[in-house]
Amino acid sequence: VKPVKYLFLLNRAAGAELPESGTPEYAATMAAYGAAVEGMQKAGVLVDCAPLYPASASTTVRVREGEVLLTDGPSAEIKEELGGYTVVECADLDEALRWAATIPAARDASVEVRPVVAVQAPV
Amino acid sequence: LSRTIGELARDQWWSAVAAVTRLTGDLGRAEDAVQEACAAALVQWPAEGVPANPFGWLVTVARRRAIDELRREAMRAGKEVAAMRGLGEVSLPAEAAADPGDELSLIFLCCHPALDPAARVALTLRCVAGLTTAEIAAAFLVPEATMAKRLTRAKAKIRQARIRFRLPAPGELPPRLPSVLRVIYLIFTEGHMASRGPALVRGDLCDTALRLARSLASRLPQEPEAAGLLALLLLTDARRPARLDEAGDPVLLAEQDRSRWDRQMIAEGDAVLTQALRLGRPGPYQVHAAIAACHSTAASAEATDWRQIALLYSELIRYEPTPVIEANRAVAVAMAEGPAAGLVILDTIAHDPQLGKWHQLHVARGELLRRAGRAAEAAQAFRAALELEPSAPERAYVTRRLQELTAT
Repeated sequence: VKPVKYLFLLNRAAGAELPESGTPEYAATMAAYGAAVEGMQKAGVLVDCAPLYPASASTTVRVREGEVLLTDGPSAEIKEELGGYTVVECADLDEALRWAATIPAARDASVEVRPVVAVQAPV
Repeated sequence: LSRTIGELARDQWWSAVAAVTRLTGDLGRAEDAVQEACAAALVQWPAEGVPANPFGWLVTVARRRAIDELRREAMRAGKEVAAMRGLGEVSLPAEAAADPGDELSLIFLCCHPALDPAARVALTLRCVAGLTTAEIAAAFLVPEATMAKRLTRAKAKIRQARIRFRLPAPGELPPRLPSVLRVIYLIFTEGHMASRGPALVRGDLCDTALRLARSLASRLPQEPEAAGLLALLLLTDARRPARLDEAGDPVLLAEQDRSRWDRQMIAEGDAVLTQALRLGRPGPYQVHAAIAACHSTAASAEATDWRQIALLYSELIRYEPTPVIEANRAVAVAMAEGPAAGLVILDTIAHDPQLGKWHQLHVARGELLRRAGRAAEAAQAFRAALELEPSAPERAYVTRRLQELTAT
């Protein structure tokens, strides 16, 4: 049978920040995530993973009547739910926002553009 | 002397933060470094004399501070910071001059549409206009810690989401310029008609907005809307000396002592607007400025060309189809054709649930009803305005009107 891809959505407490780099707490957090990732890697199930910057770094893109509307932060619309994902690599936010506006979801509801933390890819 | 030195440093603030942001690639870092350089200038310049090139001096000192800070961070993290190497290699010519491209890049960065609108205003006041966090907090009547948090969050977003410090390409300018103009306009209106608090006019914010509008217009000579904004602010701010009476209460436009209006500002605003209109690309700020010009150039309240103003408001509705503009048009129509004609328009929009919460609508209705001789309804409208907690001077004005009505 063809395997199925699953997206894990990792929640954290709203506003919670990563421990500061270099502290023992940071090392402990990294080790704990490292162990989980290593397990999935060894089993050959891991496709990709990365932490995200906080929701406050998000920009929500909507296209209404052909006009691109931007708002700071994630969508506050409770009648929307996550319907898909796209990962792009761009020079800056402006370029990412331009591509986000081309996705039909931006016309029907919204696309949240959240920056991904650059981490070393698991080896 | 220290005050003039402080002003001299502040005059260089925009250019210096812009240059250091380009050199370090980080707005927060640049702002901190320029802040430190200005503090150093306040100590060194009075003792050693003002340098021949204050801008070059500030940028050189700020850049050194930024490198020191990067070095400290690198030591703390126990690793080499890649950015530091690049930074160390950038050399600054002794005759360094402010770069208009950098300055525009900075204001477009602070007014980026992906940032929260309130944060755009705060960032622009901090990074472009050089106000302190405490001054901005005081201007917007929020605790300093709240304003500091707003600024920190905005700078973190710029860094994390990578909003880049760069000049918008020519094609990007039309969608990006309105946000910059709007931020400057909001700074002005917050000063001109304080939305909250005891003081109705906060002159320092008006001055800051005017300074920004002037700089922007001179850096974007081919953008008629930038000139339109400058003209609007000049034509409106020219009336500042007559807007409040000795007790600090607002004076209606019709009752203002026009001899106290700043004729020089009106003449400049008129000239700037004429030149903008000549470019043949009208826009909302030019139309707003044209309306302000109708008021500011009228010899007396009676001589005001209300028919022209009503026409200009109809024009404005094409750009801003909002009930607020429609309400303003109603007032102009009432002046041109009598209160009844204005009330017809006001009554149709008074049912808008959003606008019902706007106290100025009720004040305007009250005025028109009073002039139409419908005293009881006028009093009702004024009372509705009072319930919506207008600023203290506006409250005083409405209360006075109400007393006049109930006395007769």
